[in-house]
Amino acid sequence: MSFHPSHDIGVWIAALLTLGIFSFLYKDNPVYKFCEHLFVGVSAGYYVVLTMMSSVYPNLIHPLFTSFASDRHYLLIIPLVLGIMLFSRFFPRGDWLSRWPIAFVLGVYPALRITGFGQGDFVEQIHGTILPLWVPGHLGTTIGNLLLVVGLLCTLIFFFFSKEHKGAMGGTARLGIYFLMVSFGASYGYTVMARVSLLIGRVMFLLDDWLGALRF
Amino acid sequence: MKREIPIVITLVAGLFMLIAFFVPHPQVRNLYEDMQNWAIVVVGCTYVLGVANLLRINLRQVSRRERDWPFKLVLIAGLLVTMAVGFSEWTHYTDVDSRFQWIYGTFYSPMTATMFSLLAFFIASAAFRAFRIRSVEAMLLAIAAFILMLGRVPLGAAIHPAIPAAADWLMEIPQNAAKRGILIGAALGVMATGIRVILGLEKTYGGGDGA
Repeated sequence: MSFHPSHDIGVWIAALLTLGIFSFLYKDNPVYKFCEHLFVGVSAGYYVVLTMMSSVYPNLIHPLFTSFASDRHYLLIIPLVLGIMLFSRFFPRGDWLSRWPIAFVLGVYPALRITGFGQGDFVEQIHGTILPLWVPGHLGTTIGNLLLVVGLLCTLIFFFFSKEHKGAMGGTARLGIYFLMVSFGASYGYTVMARVSLLIGRVMFLLDDWLGALRF
Repeated sequence: MKREIPIVITLVAGLFMLIAFFVPHPQVRNLYEDMQNWAIVVVGCTYVLGVANLLRINLRQVSRRERDWPFKLVLIAGLLVTMAVGFSEWTHYTDVDSRFQWIYGTFYSPMTATMFSLLAFFIASAAFRAFRIRSVEAMLLAIAAFILMLGRVPLGAAIHPAIPAAADWLMEIPQNAAKRGILIGAALGVMATGIRVILGLEKTYGGGDGA
């Protein structure tokens, strides 16, 4: 194996930060703390720039300062004032004003979520489960559809706490637990695979991009 | 007054958005879309508020020379430099060769990937505890996870072609059934909580006890 280290300063920084974070596997140490704090700072900076430039600038600043009178843009004064009111939180005597924009958001978003979840999750998931329970000539599909419908009903019954889980209800709820366990196991397996993939990606980065040890 | 006005704002905004969803009248739809945009802007401002708060707290810790204060300086430097670079590039911040994207590729992306990859080690030790089969439930959990992990790597197909097929079936049928149950339950929960918030029955955001 021969090494061909990168000449890119960015690759060196990324590699040293990667090693710094991996040093946590030994124990919490100053190098890890440095990387951790840098990560928080850069992430916060990154997201604030992203949010300002992708939502506040095009939806507020640009229309307000380029075409105030046209297309009802004068109404943007309202979110501008609400946005400024948020910062009253820093002034003890006027911090109650910051509740107004929060109240506005808490009125708009739950309403959007009620209709959004109602359409996207509630109705669509039920719609997707209304399946034929007998498909002539396709035994596998029939069994699959039956299991899907029975599994969904059992899972829903497990989450129904208004009646004590006893007798037939208890048995059905137990079957629901079995379906949930299979689901959690599958989700767990997926999470493990995703994390291991990331780990392989980081090791490949260190060995190939940084050290050039995988180039033949 | 200080407590009542926010409740009224939530009620009016929430009820309007709920009703307007079902009203196709152009003026109602315009206001419905406007209010969505306003909410996006206010949420965007909360990010700035969060960063301002982060700066305030960390600057205070540095000025008081509290524990780990040099690391707080690193955080502040990272935050300010990233913001300065991002805003200095204005609308070109997404260009592939911009300095902001260089910060993304050199700092943010590798550190995020490494932070999440650290979990691979901790998840392995968690697996040791989770996979000790003591009940039918634990056995189902272990078998499902094992089949799925094996079915998603080339080794699974090399052992037997039925293993990847079994992993797919597991995802399509039993996993899907339970996931749909959870999603339907969560949707009902979101809808019920949303109505409680709009009607002012849930008001912990106002600093109260939420009763």
